[in-house]
Amino acid sequence: MSAPVDSLSQPRFVAGDNGDRLLQVSLGPQHPSTHGVFRMNVDLDGETVVRLKPVFGYLHRNHEKIAESATYLGSIPYTDRLDYICSLTNNWAYALAVEKLAGIEVPERAEYLRIITAELTRLINHTAFAGFILGDMGAWGSALMYAFREREKILDLFEDLTGARMMCNYMRFGGCRCDTPEGWVDRAKKVVAEYPAFLDELEQLLLGNEILLARTRDVGALPAATLLDGGITGPLLRAAGCAYDVRKVDGYGLYSRFKFRVPLGGHGDCYDRIMIRFLEMRESLAILREALDTLPAGPVINPKVKVRAFKPPVGEAYARIEGPKGELGFYLVSDGSPRPYRYRVRPPSFINLTLLEDMCLGRDLADVVVILGSIDIVLGEVDR
Amino acid sequence: MSPASAPTFLETLPLLPQRLIGDALRSLGIPEAFAAAAETAVAAIIVFSLFAGMFALLSLIERKVLARVQNRPGPNRVGPCGILQPVADGIKMLTKEDVVPVSADRLLHFLAPVLIVIPSILALGVLPYGREWVPVPATLGLLFFFAVGAMTELSIFLAGWASGSKFPLLGAMRAIAQMVSYELPLILSATAVVMLSGTLSLPEIVEKQGGWTLGFLPAWNLFTPWGLVAGSIFFIAGIAEANRCPFDLPEGESEIVAGHMTEYSGFKYALFFMGEYLGLFALSSLGITLFLGGWQAPLPGLGFVPSYVWFFLKLAVVIFLFLWIRATFPRVRMDQLMRFAWMFLIPVALLNLPSAAVWHYAGGGLMGWLACGPFLVLPYLALTIHFNRKLAQSTRTYRFAE
Amino acid sequence: MSAAPKWIPPGIGLLQGLAVTGKNFIGSFFRADRMTTVQYPEERVTLSPNSRNIPFLVFDGGDPDTGLRCVACGICEKECPPQCIYIVLDRDENGKSLKRPKVFDIDASVCMNCGICAEVCPFDSIFMDQEYELSSADRFKGLLFDKATLAKSATYHAKIRPLEAAAVAERKRAEEAKRAAAQAAKEAKAKADAAKKAEAPPTISNARPAGGSASPPDLSPTRSGQESDPPKSTQPTAPEEAP
Repeated sequence: MSAPVDSLSQPRFVAGDNGDRLLQVSLGPQHPSTHGVFRMNVDLDGETVVRLKPVFGYLHRNHEKIAESATYLGSIPYTDRLDYICSLTNNWAYALAVEKLAGIEVPERAEYLRIITAELTRLINHTAFAGFILGDMGAWGSALMYAFREREKILDLFEDLTGARMMCNYMRFGGCRCDTPEGWVDRAKKVVAEYPAFLDELEQLLLGNEILLARTRDVGALPAATLLDGGITGPLLRAAGCAYDVRKVDGYGLYSRFKFRVPLGGHGDCYDRIMIRFLEMRESLAILREALDTLPAGPVINPKVKVRAFKPPVGEAYARIEGPKGELGFYLVSDGSPRPYRYRVRPPSFINLTLLEDMCLGRDLADVVVILGSIDIVLGEVDR
Repeated sequence: MSPASAPTFLETLPLLPQRLIGDALRSLGIPEAFAAAAETAVAAIIVFSLFAGMFALLSLIERKVLARVQNRPGPNRVGPCGILQPVADGIKMLTKEDVVPVSADRLLHFLAPVLIVIPSILALGVLPYGREWVPVPATLGLLFFFAVGAMTELSIFLAGWASGSKFPLLGAMRAIAQMVSYELPLILSATAVVMLSGTLSLPEIVEKQGGWTLGFLPAWNLFTPWGLVAGSIFFIAGIAEANRCPFDLPEGESEIVAGHMTEYSGFKYALFFMGEYLGLFALSSLGITLFLGGWQAPLPGLGFVPSYVWFFLKLAVVIFLFLWIRATFPRVRMDQLMRFAWMFLIPVALLNLPSAAVWHYAGGGLMGWLACGPFLVLPYLALTIHFNRKLAQSTRTYRFAE
Repeated sequence: MSAAPKWIPPGIGLLQGLAVTGKNFIGSFFRADRMTTVQYPEERVTLSPNSRNIPFLVFDGGDPDTGLRCVACGICEKECPPQCIYIVLDRDENGKSLKRPKVFDIDASVCMNCGICAEVCPFDSIFMDQEYELSSADRFKGLLFDKATLAKSATYHAKIRPLEAAAVAERKRAEEAKRAAAQAAKEAKAKADAAKKAEAPPTISNARPAGGSASPPDLSPTRSGQESDPPKSTQPTAPEEAP
């Protein structure tokens, strides 16, 4: 028994650049704060990060390949499971791509419902994010529980509308699967009207907190140019001051009808990322108020689109939307059969992760967790 | 204040077992030294079982309070209102497999959780819980407390080192750095009390805090300018010493999994928890003794209540404060933790010593407040200026793109 | 919140945070909106009528064996994204289709409750249930739902989803009327030269008893009877608007 055992848990050292010994720590895939089964191989000098190598794929489900063997319709429930916090925006991006491919018109009411559900999804995502990042910083879950408490209200709305709380499977090519049930719009209005009070409470809990300021200010900042080079989108890019929002750039759906602003940060650090999300929630609420007040009557789905045996013409299409986490795109190639020839997702979580090492170098181990949290990834989307 | 000449029956109730045993032994003709030793042993057992029971209770109450803060009901399935939850936890912990990593040093790995409980128990022995209830009356109680308390760090480091694993190692490094840094402000703040009380005996320190200013305000050390500063420092440093949020870096579950406890399971893990909570009790009790008047009643005319009741009520309040803080704050980073101790707490604690001296020579009262005022205001002003300057540098405004 | 005030004492943010958690702590004792936990096995939330979980098969009348609306056409089997439906068409000894499933299995461990089967079904025979307590000690057999487990009465459907069931019934009634009218017209035309027959109810050569009084009569035999080849290969066009 006295023979030396090479154990996995034994401290292992790797060589640094200038001959020093670095402690290699494997954060994940079962680490408490890697948001799922993400793994980072971190080389530490003391507690300072010298190298960071992300390892992922533990949750790989062959999403794209499965979609190539499923019908166009059959992929919609799978898109729910990409970024499982924001299933409705995933639905929308995919439906948009198919509509572009097949040239399908969407009725006005359906467009409104899409905007409403997408903005509610953004609220859910950013609220949960605020809770998650505080959890990453070691607060004992209070903010997370408050976030989930409010999120439940929106999930109730989703369940009423779509039948499921998270795996909504709501959008269809040419519209939405079903119309709003009786009284849904009023309930949604009520939730939207009550949300700012909760946001105030959450901001009071979070944003003035000196510990949070100290933990997030000047942490993980990269210049906007670097972020652009890395293909980073979403709140991360906007926190660095780059005005890029697909809702404004592309004007997909009927977003051009709505008045909203795109908040921009100046530093691009974790604090700005949190702030940008809070400000975005306020803007989303403005959009929601307007959309719910002006929701037009009419059909919610284009009756010309076939549910069964849907075959888009030969061609290809890329459609993107501003998902809560960034630019979410779907690229489809059709060979005229009921199944896509090629199906490709542009997942914002995954692409936003690419600069993780650059953000973390020279920071503390504790910062790595916060930076990862501020990127806001969902492993279902990273690994697909 | 009730006269100390004739302690009531209730007041001496906690001492009853030890007296009975001592008298019984003496009546049997056992030498006095043995009888006294037996008395002390009984007293120690009483204190230990009391705090062990309180640990079990607190493990439930903590979860309940945290749950309530988070709008949940908390554990409520085992027994009425979940009151038997600690029993269930204990059974679970005892029946769990005891895993020792192959790379661990088996002996030290076993010793660490045992060693972490001992100093806390030792420290709890010298505290005065009531007017009559001092398990081990030591003239140098405060010194003993700190000497013993420093052992906790050793056992945490032992645990981290002996586990032969990375996260425990990081946790152990953090623990050592943190505890060495925060021991200083802790002791410095206690020094002010020693200066003014002129004694290291904890019962005497409590006695000195008796009486009332202006007829209603208890003459606790907290209600003096130096005591306010020292008490706050003691509280903050105590949080760090007890490894509580927001200074729970050695555990840092979102960063280094569970720190020094990562490689422990089953009952050893439970022992770490016990050691931690006992340490928390000990530190809170010391804080109460030094600054909150120990067993002294908070209002005049309440002398008929047994003094130890006040002590444990104060303990409950302080513990609730710990829980509240834990439920609210995120964790600080290692460098911030160190900077806070060395750049703020220790200088302020040092500055507090002359403040205590000034108070002493000014003779307390209004004169003392005026004289000590600068010592109170200046650090806070400096902190505010520093803070606002930093804030001004980094005040964020957000643009909006239309 | 974008602009910080000019002069703030340090620690105020911490106190604000404490105030929020303190408010929630006290509020959790007095306010229902701050204590949203539902003690699950004892209390249950009322599900939304739209809520969906595992699919089930509707049968009309009292007998789940003969009253099933399902004609085993296999559309749901083909459209099911995770391919969790397995159907075998029932045939008589001559190999002729009996327009009903011999085997209809749904693997609940694979099913993702998306509801696409209910959406694509042209015969209104599969719908989404609201049963969510599906756990089983047997992970293989316990989660493989066969025809008998899946079959639920039309009254049950009307109970859990009154709106949807009413819409289906309405649609069936309308179709029935239309079909009856068409058949009447056809009969009238066919028997124009024959002796004028009084308006008689359409005779349906039905192998099974028709639906009970509460539910509309079954349509599927007539519809599938218009097609000669086994329904498995059919691709019914022109679906009614999906519910």
